[in-house]
Amino acid sequence: MTTGHLHLGVALDGAGRHPAAWRSPHARPAELFDPRYWVELARTAERGLLDFVRLDDSLGSPSTRIPGRLDAVSVAARLAPATGSIGLIPTATTTHTEPFHVSTSIATLDHVSRGRAGWWPQPSRTAAEARHFGRKPVASAGELSDEQAEFVDVVGRLWDSWEDDAIIRDVATSRFLDRKKLHYVDFEGTYFDVRGPSITPRPPQGRPVIAITVDGPDTLEIAARFADVLFVDASGPDEARRLRERAHAIAEGNGRDPGELRVLAEITVYLAATDSDARRERGLLDARSDVPVPNGLSFTGTPEALADRLAGWYVGGAVDGFTLIPGVLPYDLDRIVEDLVPILRERGLARAAYTADTLRGHLGLPLPANRYART
Amino acid sequence: MPQPNSPRPNNSQPNSPQPNSPHTKSPYRPRSPGHPTRRIHLAAHFPGVNSTTVWSDPRSGSQIDFDSFEHLARTAERGRFDFFFLAEGQRLREHHGRIFELDVAGRPDALTVLAALAAITDRIGLAATATATYNEPYELARKIASLDHLSAGRAAWNVVTSPDAWTGENFRRGGFLPREERYERAIEFVEAARTLWDSWAPDAHVADAEGGVFAAPGAGRFDYHGRHFAIDGRFTVPRGPQGRPVLIQAGDSTDGREFGAAHADVIFSRHGEYEAGRAFYADMKGRAARHGRSPDELKILPAVTAVIGATAEQAQEKAAWIRRQQVSPQNAIQFLEQVWGRDLSDLDPDGPLPDFDPITDGTSIARGRVRTGGDPLELARSWRELAAAKGGLSLREVVIEVAARQTFIGTAEHVADRMEVHVRDGASDGFILVPHLTPTGLDEFVDQVVPILQERGVFRSEYEGTTLREHLHLPAPRPAGTHRTDVAV
Ligand SMILES: Cc1cc2nc3c(=O)[nH]c(=O)nc-3n(C[C@H](O)[C@H](O)[C@H](O)COP(=O)(O)O)c2cc1C
Repeated sequence: MTTGHLHLGVALDGAGRHPAAWRSPHARPAELFDPRYWVELARTAERGLLDFVRLDDSLGSPSTRIPGRLDAVSVAARLAPATGSIGLIPTATTTHTEPFHVSTSIATLDHVSRGRAGWWPQPSRTAAEARHFGRKPVASAGELSDEQAEFVDVVGRLWDSWEDDAIIRDVATSRFLDRKKLHYVDFEGTYFDVRGPSITPRPPQGRPVIAITVDGPDTLEIAARFADVLFVDASGPDEARRLRERAHAIAEGNGRDPGELRVLAEITVYLAATDSDARRERGLLDARSDVPVPNGLSFTGTPEALADRLAGWYVGGAVDGFTLIPGVLPYDLDRIVEDLVPILRERGLARAAYTADTLRGHLGLPLPANRYART
Repeated sequence: MPQPNSPRPNNSQPNSPQPNSPHTKSPYRPRSPGHPTRRIHLAAHFPGVNSTTVWSDPRSGSQIDFDSFEHLARTAERGRFDFFFLAEGQRLREHHGRIFELDVAGRPDALTVLAALAAITDRIGLAATATATYNEPYELARKIASLDHLSAGRAAWNVVTSPDAWTGENFRRGGFLPREERYERAIEFVEAARTLWDSWAPDAHVADAEGGVFAAPGAGRFDYHGRHFAIDGRFTVPRGPQGRPVLIQAGDSTDGREFGAAHADVIFSRHGEYEAGRAFYADMKGRAARHGRSPDELKILPAVTAVIGATAEQAQEKAAWIRRQQVSPQNAIQFLEQVWGRDLSDLDPDGPLPDFDPITDGTSIARGRVRTGGDPLELARSWRELAAAKGGLSLREVVIEVAARQTFIGTAEHVADRMEVHVRDGASDGFILVPHLTPTGLDEFVDQVVPILQERGVFRSEYEGTTLREHLHLPAPRPAGTHRTDVAV
């Protein structure tokens, strides 16, 4: 553990995780495509001194009941100048997209946020998404993961393809660049070849934070090799601890320092001042939903009880922190920031002020060395 | 590095008398009766990755820090410009098979920067260049539609094509497209994008919580089948504030012009000079009419530069200084190498042009440039003539002469006069200003020329609308498939 604080991020998606969230009186379903809505959510999260906001996305219809969503990288970029400290982790998918474009767009997010970018790479698994592109049929889960691994690998190389001091502006020799500090990545994979170098100079964090969802052995392997942050969906602290230990072992086997992995459990939260209020609100939502509530760990109750739960996992060494998924936005986000975080802070588990201005800084991660640098 | 160009007739050489020269008396008195006032449109081009952009100047700032984008976008918005423009190139330029070191290089992803700029600007349009070759409609249309929402109706897309396999080496799909097919794919790409943008009716985002209806039934459903794309499903971004984002096009071949005339809202042209501008303008408006469009639906905006001085002489001196900065001795040599097709690093930049002829085996030693052209032997001949006619110019001086792309040079009054004349006489509908300095290169123009244009009533003093479509006086987009023959031409 590198800090005494647990790492805390919050997932922003539509009107919240619950399929009927958008019908809650607390939701603002008419504003989901209005940038002011997103700015308000991100600023709330920043007021809570959270490590990051995570922006879900896909190239299909969201799994919630809302058939619309803005491009997450673009939303994150729109949020960057409107916030000052908080990390921004959007999804960019890996199945129908180009690694070269994703590398430059996330690098650019890091430039415009001055070092607060992350990236949550996700495969596109559905036939519907495949038809939106019309290039290839849906692949097997194994192939999708393999392709995701190649994708993440090559994006990391492209970020390193400019050394930090590649721009020399040497008037005497009339050279803007030192080409020795630029590198062809010459990646040849099963799914694509990419020559490089990137067209975008190395981002401020060197490599933006990579966050990968662990949902099976394949993705655990990929995450332990390539990710800085692991989003795990564990039913309880024991399962989370086992995943974390496995991830550390795989990372070590791949020559990585396990201390540079941040394993965060996902929990959907439905909060209220009293337990019975929370359960009643949750019941109303469930009754209004015409589809099953998605799987995954959830918590319905008071901020105090949630704080106990999170502290229990964290102090027991099961995780490095959490991604909290508000059941209803902005309501549950407000409860997190106004009620939960102060309790955690009182217990010494949440920061009292930002002490860094990059996402790597919040996560206690060092700047990565450039794999191509010779010195 | 500047780009070699076809030889130009002597009277269009930068320093010879021409309509733009401050030494020529303007044939036009700005407010002569009988000419209806024509409004000028202005756009700001972020300095590019070529020798037009001077980085050796002490005032030159970062080409990648967000501060630079912020400065130029805010300056352009202060000047009430129609839009802020970002170019793209998906591979670093090379010379002799190695990365080209002499010019500014390294750019951000355009759409991502523009989404960030949407946060710190209110009215100015935000235009991104994106190739139709190494993108797919669903993903790109979604990003552009997202920008339209995130900017409250200010998004534009400059559609370009990239026919070379060399750029394709950075992409999954590689250099798969024969040159002849690039516009065929671009046309289908635009049709597909418009199908997606039209897939949500304006009122389809219902958000009726009581009734349990978030979106109208079928919102987002689409189906596009062409030779290059066969896609169907559901688009996830509701119709944006502009209905359809503004479409810009920047190709110059016959195919490119036809494509632009039929589909674009704005043409980004390279014909900033008066005569060439008039010819191009007439050609494009004619093509638009043949496609059943009103000439006003297509705005012609050439790339131009402006050098402003307190007097005509000062402006000329400043322009000459900029030209020298743009062509360093090393840059001059590498420029010539593109035409001579061989290593010329032994030559003295201050000495004469080579006395041997270019190699003409058709291979290019430079890659990643928008345009190289002209027969090398013919270029060499015309440059030797130029050197002799001007009293024995050095190699570098010749390159400075032929590579310069300076459009308007003079006092602020003069530059305003010339802009007004160009637009009055049908050489353009306005201009895309390309500054030579990052990020302060438009400060003078905005402080000195814009107020004159505003005073004369040929340029807005305040934004009248909120969307880019409104700034450009473009009609609201028609739904897909509507026939255009009802339009008066
Ligand atoms: C003024 C102007 C600006 C252009 N800007 C870009 C650019 O930013 N990126 C790019 O890849 N191509 C750019 N192009 C290239 C064109 O889109 C087009 O691909 C090229 O001119 C070849 O097409 P053509 O044969 O029709 O001219 C530009 C062209 C012009 C005339």
